[in-house]
Amino acid sequence: MLQAYRVIDLTDHRGIFAAKVLAELGADVIKVEPPTGDPSRGIGPFAGDVPHPERSLFWMAHAVNRRSLTLDIAHGRGRDLLRRLVSSAHFLFESSNVGYLDSLGLGWDDLRRINPGLVYVSITPFGRTGPRSHAPATDLTGVALGGSLFMTGEPDLPPVRVSHAPQFWLVGSATAAAGAMVAHHHRVRTGEGQLVDVSCQQAIARTLSHAPQSWDMNRVIVKRKGAYRQLGSITVRITYPCADGYVACYFPGGPVGARMMAGLAAWHRDEGVPNAFIEGTDWQRFEFGTTPQAVLDEMDATLAAFFAIRRKRELAEGAVRHRVILFPVSDASDLLQHPQPRARGFWQPIAVPDIERTLEFPGPLVRVQGHETPARRAPRIGEHTSEILRDLGLTPAEIEALRAGGVA
Amino acid sequence: MTDAPTHATPDAPGDGHRQALAGLKVLDFCWVVIGPMLTRTLADHGATVIRVESKSRMETLRISQPFAGGVPGVNRSGYFANYNANKLGLALNMANPGAIDIVKRLAQWANVVTENFTPGTMERWGIGHETLLAANPALITFSASMFGDGGPQARQPGYGPVLTSLAGFSHLTGYPWRPPSTPYGAYTDFLLPHFGVAAIIGALDQRRRTGRGTHIELSQLEASLHYLAPALLDYQVNGRILAREANADPGMAPHGVYPCAGDDRWCAIACEDDAQWRALCDLMGKPSLADDPRFVRLTDRKRDEAALDAIVAAWTRDLDAGDVAARCLAAGIAAGVAHTTAGLFDDPQLKHRRHFAWVDHPEIGRHAVDTDAFALALTPARHERPAPLLGQYTRRVCQDVLGLSEEEIDALLAQGVLE
Repeated sequence: MLQAYRVIDLTDHRGIFAAKVLAELGADVIKVEPPTGDPSRGIGPFAGDVPHPERSLFWMAHAVNRRSLTLDIAHGRGRDLLRRLVSSAHFLFESSNVGYLDSLGLGWDDLRRINPGLVYVSITPFGRTGPRSHAPATDLTGVALGGSLFMTGEPDLPPVRVSHAPQFWLVGSATAAAGAMVAHHHRVRTGEGQLVDVSCQQAIARTLSHAPQSWDMNRVIVKRKGAYRQLGSITVRITYPCADGYVACYFPGGPVGARMMAGLAAWHRDEGVPNAFIEGTDWQRFEFGTTPQAVLDEMDATLAAFFAIRRKRELAEGAVRHRVILFPVSDASDLLQHPQPRARGFWQPIAVPDIERTLEFPGPLVRVQGHETPARRAPRIGEHTSEILRDLGLTPAEIEALRAGGVA
Repeated sequence: MTDAPTHATPDAPGDGHRQALAGLKVLDFCWVVIGPMLTRTLADHGATVIRVESKSRMETLRISQPFAGGVPGVNRSGYFANYNANKLGLALNMANPGAIDIVKRLAQWANVVTENFTPGTMERWGIGHETLLAANPALITFSASMFGDGGPQARQPGYGPVLTSLAGFSHLTGYPWRPPSTPYGAYTDFLLPHFGVAAIIGALDQRRRTGRGTHIELSQLEASLHYLAPALLDYQVNGRILAREANADPGMAPHGVYPCAGDDRWCAIACEDDAQWRALCDLMGKPSLADDPRFVRLTDRKRDEAALDAIVAAWTRDLDAGDVAARCLAAGIAAGVAHTTAGLFDDPQLKHRRHFAWVDHPEIGRHAVDTDAFALALTPARHERPAPLLGQYTRRVCQDVLGLSEEEIDALLAQGVLE
């Protein structure tokens, strides 16, 4: 689908996720790494818990479907080669600190002269201008400033982030892919490239549901409630313990909620424990999100008792049977076994020779009719350096000299 | 329909000619969050988006809190208003057989048709993607659903708040000794529209070259798993099931969210290396602590992280959260106040980025819509038109897009096809 386009990926761990969807749609994505390897390769977990640039599972997961070119862009010769590469490319993604690439003569204002059609995507914590544009940030401090942290966690403890998956960088990077393609559409029609300036803080601030509007319109501040969820003026339970873990169950109200309660009533009857509260309540009365708190509280107690003595899988299967909005709180093992992605052929087996294993990777982000999603393992450091430099017109001797000089 | 004008773009926001997606025509059946958030990005960049709605099958967000002034009403939801700004709306009763013809004619006008119903819904109405693509082979159709089309659970109802648990996020969020927490809202819904936007525009590019449209499908469960892919590999390779670790990080300490002066005020601080820890010790007025053998290197600090966090918390506890963050940043240490939603509106950086745009809505009044995190330097997004009132543009769309006469429209309204 995007086979005609080349992407230069200069990102590190902060932007590695961005070009994923373009690579999946067929673009030729060249990951430019320093000769010592991309910083993403330093992020665990590692295969066998052995830190090594070819054993990072973070890298393996997020750098699929790319080629790797090692190039030291701090070196003049490396910069020259990057400019040559950029001159025929369509996209450039980068996630360095604001001003760094400009200081190397590789900023947007430099590269637009070489290639006016280039879509130059800059992924930074806060955007390229403004009072905080040069401030350091990590995933944790980023989600704090993006507003998601405050609303997540237990009411009596400090708010928490999502562990093991840096949402700040991942969501910012996903947004960058959308921005790049919107700019691409303009380039295709006019030939004009442009700068796409992504703020990860804003990307997180767009994940807050209606909470910003609750403040703007009603001066309500949404707070974290652990297993519960504050929805406007009511509090709804989301998470319940079960016999061997947790399940998530959500009553939305409205016609969907009424159908769900009919299912729960039937489920209780099937199990030989008909429930007077569920059967005796007219669920049609409650609109979406407006069920009275007293009713929600009684439902909470009723469901908690039903779930507590049943197992996660049994509840998940019962929910499908009775069309109840209930799912297990999944861990990695549950997800890999879940029947639905498996039935749809989602998982892609990919051999990873460096760890002598074939692993199941997440398959298509999107399925496009007539397009086969590629499934190529993440590259080794510099795996494609020779072929890419050859295509640029370099001789084997020149390539060898670059390697010897530590440039490639 | 050959008599339908294909150029009509009623009441486009601004002049539209410099926007990246100006001229793109989208027929939008999306509802709730993931779909409307996606099509709002298209609308913000100049596409003409016609939201098809039905009074007999009310869009969930129209009846969702928060309501303007706390007063419920189908045109008063801030949730709906945010995700549907910049769109036109058409009220069409899909249960009425006469609606099919209207949809088919609009699908001739459109370049893109989007929907996120339970799989099978559009087919039941006789307007499934195969039917629409047969009628207009240059069309791009986009479908998103919880579980994707096909498979044993395709039809199971779901909502983002619990899909977030199914997709693995809850298990990774919270305190190890407490039940899982869940990121707020229909969290996974907000992670995925970006991929849909990218794929739709990729398909438009392909169509330009081949003249052929295509169908795009997104499973919310499947696409969400990409965010957690390293944990899925870790289980396969190392046999380990990663779990929630509150705010701990294997590569940084101190790395936490510390209490500050006032009610429920917090500041996140992350020391990325030993030098930053030394700088933090100076800030805390305890320079000798950096040489305390318990805390010199990262491995030392990770060994008794609870004691380390208690020391930092003792320093932050009586300080203003903003002051803590400012002092850390000045010393080169990453830090950030845990913003409440009120704090977001006051954040100088978000103000600089114009993260919240303000539109005037006929019932709600002036209100905030949040904007995409990417700023296009040459073709900026615009936020000029509020979300449509239910049925507000029905007549205009029928006249300008379908070329119907007043009499024809009146007849369709009387028959209950249009609403």
